[in-house]
Amino acid sequence: MLIEELLEYAEKLRDRDKPGKHAIKVCSAAGCLSLKSDAVAEELKKKITEAGLEEECWVKPVGCLGLCSKGPLVTVDTDGKVYQEVKPTDAGRIIARAAEGVSKETDPFFTRQQKIVLENSGQVDPEKIQDYILRDGYLALNEVLELTPQEVIDEVTLSGLRGRGGAGYPTGLKWNTVAKTGNVGKYVICNADEGDPGAFMDRSVLEGDPHRVLEGMAIAAFAVGATEGFVYVRAEYPLAIKRLKNAIKQAERAGVLGKNIFGTTFSFAVEIRIGAGAFVCGEETALIASIEGRRGQPRPRPPYPAQVGLWGSPTLINNVETFANIAPIMRHGGEWYAAIGTEKSKGTKVFALAGKINNTGLIEVPMGTKLRDVIYDIGGGIPDGKKFKAVQTGGPSGGCIPEQFLDHPIDYESLGALGSIMGSGGMIIMDETSCMVDVAKYFLDFTKDESCGKCVPCRVGTVQLYSILDRITKGEGTMEDLDELDDLCDLVKNTSLCGLGQAAPNPVLSTIQYFRDEYVAHIIEKRCPAGVCKIHKGERKQKEEVMA
Amino acid sequence: MLIKKIILPSDDNRWKLINATMKRHGYQPNCLIETMHTVQETFGYLDEISLKFVAFALKVPLSSVFGVATFYNFFNLKPQGKHTCVVCLGTACYIKGTNEIAEEIKKEFKIGMGKTTEDGQVSLLSARCLGACGIAPAVVIDGEVHGNVSTRETVETLRRLAYAN
Repeated sequence: MLIEELLEYAEKLRDRDKPGKHAIKVCSAAGCLSLKSDAVAEELKKKITEAGLEEECWVKPVGCLGLCSKGPLVTVDTDGKVYQEVKPTDAGRIIARAAEGVSKETDPFFTRQQKIVLENSGQVDPEKIQDYILRDGYLALNEVLELTPQEVIDEVTLSGLRGRGGAGYPTGLKWNTVAKTGNVGKYVICNADEGDPGAFMDRSVLEGDPHRVLEGMAIAAFAVGATEGFVYVRAEYPLAIKRLKNAIKQAERAGVLGKNIFGTTFSFAVEIRIGAGAFVCGEETALIASIEGRRGQPRPRPPYPAQVGLWGSPTLINNVETFANIAPIMRHGGEWYAAIGTEKSKGTKVFALAGKINNTGLIEVPMGTKLRDVIYDIGGGIPDGKKFKAVQTGGPSGGCIPEQFLDHPIDYESLGALGSIMGSGGMIIMDETSCMVDVAKYFLDFTKDESCGKCVPCRVGTVQLYSILDRITKGEGTMEDLDELDDLCDLVKNTSLCGLGQAAPNPVLSTIQYFRDEYVAHIIEKRCPAGVCKIHKGERKQKEEVMA
Repeated sequence: MLIKKIILPSDDNRWKLINATMKRHGYQPNCLIETMHTVQETFGYLDEISLKFVAFALKVPLSSVFGVATFYNFFNLKPQGKHTCVVCLGTACYIKGTNEIAEEIKKEFKIGMGKTTEDGQVSLLSARCLGACGIAPAVVIDGEVHGNVSTRETVETLRRLAYAN
């Protein structure tokens, strides 16, 4: 199919839906669905038919609108006011307003963001390819097929895009390595094994705009010379899997995936592989092992997957968000993308705001935005008049950043310098009622369970770290334990095989660095300043007396 | 090429579904995890018979099959209760108190994490993160996600389900 035919095909499909003048968009992502947004959509449809307004309004299910805590969310047309916490009984009012004309959204949560990855999320119906095509979808792929693979790689390199999975490896460089290795039988893998607790960016992208990811993968495949691709999604995301499967089927039918795409000699097929609940499978060599049907254990690198990957072939692995950035970069050019963000971190980044913050949900801001702006302007600050204590970025591999650094910009380097990492984009806000020792213990509990058991420093080290932290939270720690923690962290960090172990000490190190007084309070004063840890002074005294 | 005929463990029609998954992938050993997903979807858990069957059909050593089944958290080797409650222990849910919810359920039904009540009514499971952080604290009861829940509400719902009859 040629691009003209594709557009015609999309228009025909759209007209079949009989769209009215104003689209009433109901969020159908997992968050709003669990708050019964489907009932709202049904009621809206019923009310439109009752009022005979089919020509004026129509109901359209869309992907994540971002403000998950205030769901179910409903909005009208593009940039219209976002109605929050909508109940089925509000349907009549929303329709009446929509028919009158649209009022603009002014809430800073929506207006302060800059959307590239999420530009379609909340706009298109994720289950309909025509919607995506009519918003310039697959246009970039069509243009790319007229270039040489090297020109595509150069454009991505020019954009300065870095891996959005967390490590921030330059995407152009990775593509170049795969392109230069071997000739045939290469693979492209999309890493959608979003295992960081507190992160749901990839889920929302897959649920809200799956075609964007497929287009990015196809462009990557063309650039590196691959003909087969896999999306590795975690089993905990059933809706994302369902929509992705549906998207692949539609894309094959429309001829934008499969054999001879856009009438060229380029062919690319995509398959889904479902994970089975192992955090370590987010590591690229472990992910490959899992696709091959084995236990997801990492192996030493080099050789990197770019050289020896899936079934021994050169393999390109990128994260969902990285692939979602590709189509706009090719459409607007690398220079356009490089103009956004900071010197070393280009473009925008999607974050999942969660924890003790008023506006929990999904946001996208340019790199270099201050933490304070994200938390107070977009996030709406801390609920119940409580005091901000720390923001945790990077999940179990990241660290906690205290208040004095809130004016630091968000980019790969600054967060690294603060002892945390960018990570995949989870941002958990903690207030004065969160105990930092307990938080460190929580993350070590996570990594000790998720350690695959292959290398000793991680398998044994994380358990030891956990038991020391556990002792401290029970009021049984000593000051020597703090030095012990330092030494052990250093060991685990420097001698573990993969990223899981190497980053596991980060939550401990950063909390000791910034919240040493809390550790000391647990050890010396036998009390938890936040009141989370249950330290029974009485029992302890009795025990000591008995011992004596 | 001579293709060995796959003999199903019994005349239970569900085995055909599992065989179909393996057939779709040409009985390649790399579809082991995919096949296990199908087994769990159809039977609810992976028992010895199904593990042996899959190992035989895919020509993978039984030790490797067992290794994969125990490595991944998602696979159950024991049958689940009639009703399941998955408590999310992701960071956002944790700092909003799902730990307390889990403790309360443990006390109420006298079960440990990952265990089923003696009468087979309720299983308590935990998840690392459901990706539903926007509506934390979240639990999944019988496959349905409930957001912004309280401890009392969750225990009440479970009690109603468990003692319905």
